[in-house]
Amino acid sequence: MNLAIIKYNAGNVQSVLYALQRLGVNAKVTDNHKEIAAADKVIFPGVGHASSAMEYLHKTGLDELIVSLQQPVLGICLGLQLLCNFSEEGNTKCLGIFDVEVKKFDESLRDKNAVPVKIPHMGWNNIYNLSSSLMQGIKENSFMYFVHSYYAQLSPQTIATTDYIIPFSAAIHKDNFYGVQFHTEKSAATGEKILSNFINII
Amino acid sequence: MLAKRIIPCLDIKNGRTVKGINFINIRDAGDPVELAMYYSSQGADELVFLDITATIEKRKTLVELVKRIAANINIPFTVGGGITSVENAFELLQNGADKISVNSAAFKNPELITSMSNEFGSQCVVLAIDTKKESDENWYVYLNGGRVKTSILAFDWAKKAIGLGAGEILLTSMNNDGTKNGFAEDITSLFSEKLSVPVIASGGAGTMQHFADVFSIANADAGLAASVFHFGEIKIPELKTFLLKQNINVRL
Repeated sequence: MNLAIIKYNAGNVQSVLYALQRLGVNAKVTDNHKEIAAADKVIFPGVGHASSAMEYLHKTGLDELIVSLQQPVLGICLGLQLLCNFSEEGNTKCLGIFDVEVKKFDESLRDKNAVPVKIPHMGWNNIYNLSSSLMQGIKENSFMYFVHSYYAQLSPQTIATTDYIIPFSAAIHKDNFYGVQFHTEKSAATGEKILSNFINII
Repeated sequence: MLAKRIIPCLDIKNGRTVKGINFINIRDAGDPVELAMYYSSQGADELVFLDITATIEKRKTLVELVKRIAANINIPFTVGGGITSVENAFELLQNGADKISVNSAAFKNPELITSMSNEFGSQCVVLAIDTKKESDENWYVYLNGGRVKTSILAFDWAKKAIGLGAGEILLTSMNNDGTKNGFAEDITSLFSEKLSVPVIASGGAGTMQHFADVFSIANADAGLAASVFHFGEIKIPELKTFLLKQNINVRL
């Protein structure tokens, strides 16, 4: 298995690397276009700001490379958001694989105890309405670890839903592109199962 | 629905866990990694490692430890203790820590919060506050592991720090810490209800009901404890089953 993790200016990838190692996969972290294009699978991670990430991807030509990839690609967290059309974070035009808008959680809302909602959405939340081979063997309402202030809206490409204030896309899938908003690499055994589905099944 | 989090806290000195931990059937309970793996297998939602040596020469030991923790556990963890600069934080995050907790250094230099938040995002920045209720019924900030009193109210400091970019508050009540009489519900509830970031309640856990109360009465987002877990007085799977029975949403 030749797995490439896209190296760019958003976030650290050490935890993703460790999670893959625990699954017996030695991935290569690279920004080399040829290496990425030749990989069997590509992981597009990310923790950071949408607009500075897009700026960097544009400057390095990685934006055009990513949208042209034919092999399975998994966007994680910001990676998922960048695969969408547009993000309210810095009003950023993103890669447009998914015709979906990324919006900010509304801070003015209150929960049922009249407590203000906390942003970011941080912690373990359950995913439901699961479909696609990425979710194979994952039980409905499994808990995954999330840390984010922006979310992808529900769409026909949603393959897992989570409720925080409103229902949003916890995972999406279209053709060879997959995205998960939660951190597979920090979501205990369930997260490892999803990573392993990406590696072994897809 | 977002689950309430249960967080064991491990005190680290020279790369080893402090306090004798002898109930657990693992090879080396003094090894933070072994203990972390045990807690993670028991269903801990997150872990906090507080380095109480935190001298410059010991920093390398901590970085090595963070690397081993990240390689071996698959849940998020926070590292704190003596972190005074963006460079310190960067090194720990690069090696796999998910969040950095800052306390006295941030109080003395609030700019640290801003620069960490700008550099890594506010979700990485946990502000730890040690607070004590004085005879005037107000909760004051204490520094240097509770040794130095300030004249600043804990709530005011938390509010300011959130404005600067803190993404989570780890609130320890010194009045309750070590008593096993329960968490400080009044200050925790004030924080949870008035602040826009998650609040981790710490100090005073003695029974499973204390966790239930801090979640349902004080609205805490997470409950942190050390000795009740380390000495096996509360087992995480039993605690979570107990909380679920009281309709408190936890991850099982």
